[in-house]
Amino acid sequence: MKEKKDDKRVKDFEGNLSRLKEVVKLLEEGNTSLEESLKYFEEGISLYRICNGVLNEAEQKVSLLLEEDKELVEKPFLVTEEE
Amino acid sequence: MGIRTLTVSELNSYLKRILMYDPILNNIVLKGEISNFKFHNSGHCYFSLKDNNSKIKCVMFRSDSSNLSFIPENGMNVIAKGYISIYERNGEYQLYVSSLEEIGLGRLHIEFEKLKQKLSKAGYFDEDRKQKIPFFPRRIAVVTSPTGAAIRDIISVITRRNNLANILIYPVLVQGEQASIQIAEAIEKLNEIEDIDVIILSRGGGSIEELWAFNEEIVAKGIYKSNKPIISAVGHETDFTISDFVSDLRAPTPSAAGELAVPPIADIKNTLDFFYNSIKSNFTNRLSSLRDNLNNYSEGRITKYLSFKVKEEQQNLDILYTNLSGSMTTEMSSLKEALSSLGENLNNLSPLSTLERGYSILLDEKKDKAIKTVEEVEIGDDVNILLHSGIIKCTAKEILKGENLFERKKG
Repeated sequence: MKEKKDDKRVKDFEGNLSRLKEVVKLLEEGNTSLEESLKYFEEGISLYRICNGVLNEAEQKVSLLLEEDKELVEKPFLVTEEE
Repeated sequence: MGIRTLTVSELNSYLKRILMYDPILNNIVLKGEISNFKFHNSGHCYFSLKDNNSKIKCVMFRSDSSNLSFIPENGMNVIAKGYISIYERNGEYQLYVSSLEEIGLGRLHIEFEKLKQKLSKAGYFDEDRKQKIPFFPRRIAVVTSPTGAAIRDIISVITRRNNLANILIYPVLVQGEQASIQIAEAIEKLNEIEDIDVIILSRGGGSIEELWAFNEEIVAKGIYKSNKPIISAVGHETDFTISDFVSDLRAPTPSAAGELAVPPIADIKNTLDFFYNSIKSNFTNRLSSLRDNLNNYSEGRITKYLSFKVKEEQQNLDILYTNLSGSMTTEMSSLKEALSSLGENLNNLSPLSTLERGYSILLDEKKDKAIKTVEEVEIGDDVNILLHSGIIKCTAKEILKGENLFERKKG
């Protein structure tokens, strides 16, 4: 269940990043009222936290798919040095 | 007359001259298979061209070999252009090659073109059916040999750029009879694994025979059917395979596939930080400019401003008043002066003022006319003397003519 949620957040990463870009642009143009700016400010900061959170969850896995008893199983893959 | 005895040098030099003047040998186009190919450090190429029965030595100098569009290999069928001459030191004739062209790759080449055309007609290469490679893939599957150089390159590039993307290797044979079947099957199986975001098909460089699996129709079909985006990275930059054309994206090399598959996390982090700082500073600036604005309208400032304004107006008023009254006074006094001088003039001119000083006027009986000479009066005439304070009625008793009346009287 947790993985599912995590997956969605990652899928949304690109969307969040481009929305953040948009928010920054809106704020920089400065055509917004103070109230709107406050909203964009809040939104921008929270998008930043979400994106940054995803980037900081580093746990990279390299695995190898193998067939064992007609089932596909994943095994950790060790990168061997050039022979 | 017999020919004198020659030295070896003389003979070779003579032969060389003969060969050089031969119009055919001077401009040769020769077909053959490359063997004993050696690429010397100097940049010159040494090799032989052969057919089933015969063989000739060839040399290609650096100035020409640097223009080659391919790397010659033993077994390659080529057409060489150049001239025949003698290398005098060894007494060997050879072909001095100026250009080299690869000829018909044979069966495989024809098959490749045939399949390419067929698939192109069937719409396999259409741009509009290509899938977008996700910007931020979480899991990447690599279909390749687990022991090849390609997988090492891909893992190294991906892990260097991105510490989030997971890699799943689907091991397959990348050459030989079974390779294409395994590759097609791998694509199919990977499509069933939900969290795979993108698939890389890869193999290191090799001959056309070695890369052939990626030119098979079964692999093309597998790529075409895939619901997951596929990056094809087969061989070197100059190698094109059918799988490159059908795939959603072609990477020139396995390393390039790694780069195309994942965004560099460091760059994204920088961008994020830039956005964060931009939002923050933008907001801080906004607030401080608002605060400045507000300070402009503080109560104290307004009162100060107003009282200053009032004082200023008062001063204006004062100046106006001073100017006005000043000019009024000047006007009045000059008028008065004019008036009094006028009055004086008037006074001086009046006959009455003469009378005031003791003079009198003699008028006739009827007071119609002033009498200016004695001749106008007869004795017994009634006359009127006009004085300052009234009139005296008189009758002329005596008339004395002359001018020295005052004197006579005194006497």
